[in-house]
Amino acid sequence: MLRLIFRRLLESIPTLLILIAVTFFMMRMAPGGPFDSEKRLAPEVEANLRAAYHLDEPLVQQFGRYLLNLARGDFGPSFQYRDRTVTELIASGFPVSLQLGGFAMLIAVFGGVALGSLAALRQNKPTDYTTMAVAMTGISVPNFVLAPLLVLVFAVYLGWLPAGGLGEASFLEGGWKNLVLPVLTLALTQVAYIARLTRGSMIEVLRSNYIRTARAQGLSTLTILLRHALKPAIIPVVSYLGPATAGLITGSVVIETIFGLPGLGRYFVTGALNRDYTLVLGIVVFYGALIILFNFLVDLAYGWLDPRSRE
Amino acid sequence: MPKRVPRWFLLSLATLLLTSGCSRPGDDPTLPVAKTVQVGGATGQELAAEQILRAANGAEPETLDPHRASGVTASNVLRDLFEGLVTEAADGSLMPGAAESWTISDDGRVYTFRLRANGRWSNGDPVTAEDFTFGLRRSADPKTLSEYSAILYPLENADAVVNGQLPPEKLGVRAIDDRTLELRLHSPTPYVLGLLTHSSTYPVHRPSLQKLGGKFARAGNLVSNGAFRLNAWVVQSHIQLLRNPNYWDDAHTTLTEVWYYPVESADAELNRYRANEFDLTYTLPNRQLPWLRKNLPKELRIAPYLGSYVYGFNTSQPPFKDNIPLRKALAMALDRDVIVTKVGGAGEIAAYGWVPPVTGYRNQAPVWASWTQEQRNAEARRLYAEAGYSPEMPLRVQLLYNTETNHRRLAIAMAAMWRDVLGVNTEILSQEWQVFLQTRRTKIDTQVFRYGWIGDYDDPYTFAEILLSTHGQNDMAYSNPRYDGLLSRASREADAATRMELLEEAERVMLDDMPILPIYFYVTKRVVKPWVVGFKDNIMDHHHSRFVRILKH
Repeated sequence: MLRLIFRRLLESIPTLLILIAVTFFMMRMAPGGPFDSEKRLAPEVEANLRAAYHLDEPLVQQFGRYLLNLARGDFGPSFQYRDRTVTELIASGFPVSLQLGGFAMLIAVFGGVALGSLAALRQNKPTDYTTMAVAMTGISVPNFVLAPLLVLVFAVYLGWLPAGGLGEASFLEGGWKNLVLPVLTLALTQVAYIARLTRGSMIEVLRSNYIRTARAQGLSTLTILLRHALKPAIIPVVSYLGPATAGLITGSVVIETIFGLPGLGRYFVTGALNRDYTLVLGIVVFYGALIILFNFLVDLAYGWLDPRSRE
Repeated sequence: MPKRVPRWFLLSLATLLLTSGCSRPGDDPTLPVAKTVQVGGATGQELAAEQILRAANGAEPETLDPHRASGVTASNVLRDLFEGLVTEAADGSLMPGAAESWTISDDGRVYTFRLRANGRWSNGDPVTAEDFTFGLRRSADPKTLSEYSAILYPLENADAVVNGQLPPEKLGVRAIDDRTLELRLHSPTPYVLGLLTHSSTYPVHRPSLQKLGGKFARAGNLVSNGAFRLNAWVVQSHIQLLRNPNYWDDAHTTLTEVWYYPVESADAELNRYRANEFDLTYTLPNRQLPWLRKNLPKELRIAPYLGSYVYGFNTSQPPFKDNIPLRKALAMALDRDVIVTKVGGAGEIAAYGWVPPVTGYRNQAPVWASWTQEQRNAEARRLYAEAGYSPEMPLRVQLLYNTETNHRRLAIAMAAMWRDVLGVNTEILSQEWQVFLQTRRTKIDTQVFRYGWIGDYDDPYTFAEILLSTHGQNDMAYSNPRYDGLLSRASREADAATRMELLEEAERVMLDDMPILPIYFYVTKRVVKPWVVGFKDNIMDHHHSRFVRILKH
């Protein structure tokens, strides 16, 4: 086991390096720089700015400097937020994104599995069709369409939930309200995917011999479902968790911008538009590492769920 | 168990999809019902118990260091945090700020300011002339990395200091004593008092800057001399200001807190405004204006703004190089009334010149501004033919703008008008802002390009200087010695009226060359809740929260 972890850790290093290199050079190839504004800078000021951020060095040297600093855990200063470092920004933005993504993931998994199982049990009956129709809608409606609609209905017309922002109250004292709409919007696409996956594999599992045996023994549907069918049926769901995480991260970029949440996704968008090289790179590296870690955890869970894959 | 939860979930999902499917933003008659409470109570003037202003504020400020901040949204916050020697009333007119009075020498080149005896920093320290000297020198020092230091150029030696040829100590500013400050200008600059409201001229608290360095402008560290102090700043969430009890005029401040929220999307901010999360917005989405006019007419505020929306001609490359008839033909063939009513729609002011309605300046326009559009079109066709183009040999031109919905709508309208009136073949090209700026700056790869400019101070010079042949932002590559000469004469002129006449003449000279294609003057557009009092529209769109009160609601 330790050997496996160690091997995976080593394997992830070249992946991350390639990710950093590609992002770094792609950012630099984009026309326009962090200090371009409509108002022209005095040449001396511009030279000082470039020197302060080492932009006057050859690109390869800048890349080397970045890697060295990164090895020490220093993501560098943000170009856009002049008084802040990227490390600080990630530290302040990640908890918000984690809350958003974490809750969305919970809803996606529990909601998706529940809906999918229900559809499988009622295969080819109205419940099945309705559930799958809703799931199909969930997959097809993009979140940038759904989000403003939810805001209009629940915040503007009904006034039940805030229309955006993080709110001033702490999470338990009402701050959670600010997360309801973003989490729902973000989760919906994934709920739909997971429901479809679960339905498919559940139908297959329910047809297998050992389930028939269990039925013959007179076990209730609920017991069969929870105790015997669920574990094998969610294997495809678990292997989908890696892509789902990636999907939630990309989705959060849109959701955080629409709902005005101070998370990493929003930093990423404004950072890219303002050519905040270090901030964009920092978030890419951070999320890249996170996805690698998550895929690793999924592999571990896979082994636990499916004895066949332990070899 | 798996039976009950999904049903509930299903039901809510179905309801949600149904309701959202039916609701069409834009013409819903069943809008949030106004609460029955009379705004301002029985008298109409009763104040709310909670004096908190919540304002949407566009893009997140890059920093709240007054000398390194450059954006409009940072300035909005800094205006509450700091006070310059001169400040503005609610209507934008100038009034004494940290200085209670000043005298101007006869040649208009030496300004002597008398600071207030009761001026205090938010930590209680007195505000001294030395603080201003230190602040101005720091602002001009190229080591500070200020992106706005060029605004200090009217000060003696500022140019050389900003460009590193002279040390900051040589800047034309000195403290005569604790309360007396002298500014020396290199030429009489009537608008200098307006400049002194700009954040680049604010004082900074020297002890905290020396102690905290680059982190001095962060929440918990920032010591400021304005009506409010910085309490919290969560990037991309909010900036919270609290009233500064040490401010010299704190007795007249009503608000206890001001919250600024960064919102990039105009649609999102309007939704949050309608959900009563904001008391006022930063801007409005153009396509919601008809709805707002109908449903929230009392909250909608549209006012002239110190900005000019034009297209520039690249006068250094064909087809526009030395081709005044062609430039004029394209300028005349645009029906600006259609543009401002049908394309803009926010009440923009059709423009025929470059300088917007600035105080004390007579707006300039070419003769054809008073013609009917038919007359203009006829003349445009004649000039087009004179330039050597015809329906058989049409002009092919590339029109460049920065990616944005409203700009795109206008670009399409322009291309259509040129095609209909002259038969011009226009290729429309959009680029993302940073790329656009770089392309435009080359003065090679462009033909006709969008150019918007918001003035830094209420004076025609902030617009006029851009078309100087030597100016860094002259992407039109416009060069006319007569124009340069008139501006240089205006800069040396001590008499305000004569100076304005020179600037007016310069604009007439420039408009006769048509290096730009005037389209409209900007307006500010926002919605403000009826309970916000003391927030007055003004041409600079500068607002100080210390004049704002919140009525009972």
